[in-house]
Amino acid sequence: MLKQIEGSHAVAHVVAQCRPNVISAYPITPQTHIVEELAEIVGAGQLDAEFVNVESEFSAASVVLGASAAGARAYTATSSQGLLLMSEVIYCIAGMRLPIVMTCANRAISAPLSIWNDQQDSMAVRDAGWIQLHAEDNQEASDLHVQAFKIAERTFLPVMVCMDGFILTHAFEPVDIPEQKEVDDFLPTFKPRHIVDPRWPRGIGLFADPRFYMETRYILHRALEKSEETIKEVSSEFAKTFGRESGGFIKAYKLEEADVVVISMGSVVGTIKELIDQLEEEGKKVGLLQICSYRPFPRHEVYRALKDKMNIVVLEKCISLGRGGILASDVRWSFPRAEKKDRDISSFVAGLGGRNISIDDLRYMVEKVEKEPVEFEFLGLKEELIAEKDM
Amino acid sequence: MREQSKYLEGVDKKDLFASGHRACGGCGQALAARLVADAAGENTIACVATGCLEVFSGPYPDPSWRIPFLHSLFENASAVASGVDAAYKALKKGPVNIIAQGGDGSTADIGFQSISGMFERGHNVLYVCYDNEAYMNTGVQRSSFTPYGARTSTTPTGNTTRKKNMPMLAADHGIPYVATATVDDFRDLQLKIRKALTIEGPKYIHILAPCPLGWGHHGELTVEICRLAKDTGLFPVYEIIDGKVTNVRKIPVKVPVEEYLKPQGRFKHLFKKGVPTKEVDVIQEIANQNIERFNL
Repeated sequence: MLKQIEGSHAVAHVVAQCRPNVISAYPITPQTHIVEELAEIVGAGQLDAEFVNVESEFSAASVVLGASAAGARAYTATSSQGLLLMSEVIYCIAGMRLPIVMTCANRAISAPLSIWNDQQDSMAVRDAGWIQLHAEDNQEASDLHVQAFKIAERTFLPVMVCMDGFILTHAFEPVDIPEQKEVDDFLPTFKPRHIVDPRWPRGIGLFADPRFYMETRYILHRALEKSEETIKEVSSEFAKTFGRESGGFIKAYKLEEADVVVISMGSVVGTIKELIDQLEEEGKKVGLLQICSYRPFPRHEVYRALKDKMNIVVLEKCISLGRGGILASDVRWSFPRAEKKDRDISSFVAGLGGRNISIDDLRYMVEKVEKEPVEFEFLGLKEELIAEKDM
Repeated sequence: MREQSKYLEGVDKKDLFASGHRACGGCGQALAARLVADAAGENTIACVATGCLEVFSGPYPDPSWRIPFLHSLFENASAVASGVDAAYKALKKGPVNIIAQGGDGSTADIGFQSISGMFERGHNVLYVCYDNEAYMNTGVQRSSFTPYGARTSTTPTGNTTRKKNMPMLAADHGIPYVATATVDDFRDLQLKIRKALTIEGPKYIHILAPCPLGWGHHGELTVEICRLAKDTGLFPVYEIIDGKVTNVRKIPVKVPVEEYLKPQGRFKHLFKKGVPTKEVDVIQEIANQNIERFNL
């Protein structure tokens, strides 16, 4: 049923429909509305779950770790510093193959303190062994959570659903919230693989000496690579059940005829599509490749979609300081070495700490790469604010 | 022989924490962990913090635990146990004994926030602290449990601060049961574990677990050292039930602290050619204060 609803509340309602047994979270802007609403839902008796109010994100992640290891479907949500504080546990959850689902309401990282959106936080844990799915809008953010539990419990990999803080979490849009029965039919009961239970005493989280450690990492890496199939399967099962496309690996917009292709992920793709439509009216052929699954990275899909495209520009809301674009590196790596020559892959970082990415910024970017490739550039930088002595 | 069997009367020995692990000879923690597991019984889940215990008992593929064992990190055993407790409630499973276990660091230093959260939220979890008065797993560095005067690898001239009083801090969370114990009295230790597990809510048991390597005493002295810790007044043994200190173990014959300090290499520098330095007086004063405070 289509409902005018805040993004956070839509996510909370859909998460509740997935019937998690244990929810644990620590408040951090802009994640708060999600967990507040879940607390309301549990408090009102609409969801039979344990809601554990903890003293830190570190413990929130640890509580869901313990709950999942004991056989519960477990959910948490965080942002920014919270995710960084969790990071030790984040790695552990993946290494222990616990199918936990988390919402990351993407937000900038200190210092300076910023509560506003970019995607540096989830990027900081991109190598931890979690599946990372990026939502374009609130409909997709909601839909991805239903898919996330299914993907996680099929692959025994944790799934992080990333949605841009404020831009999505605090935006009111019409969202189609499914019926409980539809979700129940789509998402089977959680069947854990290994649990701590006195009936079958076993150790979970043993330590591995050099004879064994590397193989566990290899198996985890392969599992992430193989999860590609599951992500696609679940996305198409979702489309079949709910009648709309959501998630998947990559999505294309006006790509076939495009002379310039913009690659990005998250809510900014809406603005990019708007620009593409404007430019089309002006007779320019620009297309979009949207990354839905950032981890596992859709390397082969990106290559297949772009093998004939020679002018590509990557726009991202994060940076590897001292190196440049992170998503741009992933995209550059997607092409075989022999095909890198003559292919322009420009890299732009934008929207850090909530800086608005306007359609004019994007137009400037596209027009610039039409002329010549850009190795790396901060888009929308206010040069007048930067003193010479700081450079 | 007869005396020994009398001593072991009422002591559970189920081998739920199997022999063959990799602890040092005379390890107080290994002994304590076995007593804890055997007292708790099969219907128990152990949530263990990173540390000596986890390293010597939990290597893949041959852990020593015959009860389910869950380990993830150094500072989160209490939060992980909270999660297990929440899962059991949500899934309407159980009852089950959930025992979080860790050493000094995971209890009172890096894990203090986590244990405080678990107490305050009221989880049905027993936390057992194996107190060996330093970071033994990483090579005997000072912890907030390191006593005054003790030499560690990061206090080479002797520790200048007093030990953090964790049992009292635990009790001040308003939890229903706190106790201290040592590995020289198996029966008392196991009674306290069994008693704690009958009580709903968070429980804390603080066990003095000498470390021959870190303390610099002979392995066969582990039990004797515990007795001296109690009889000098340096380690008071008591329970706190609903906030009231009770069942305090009285010292039969009071022993000067020198007798406790001398067999241990970590206190060797406190004696110059056998003559005690003024630090020994400070330690005697700490013991005297304990004797007075708890009426030992």
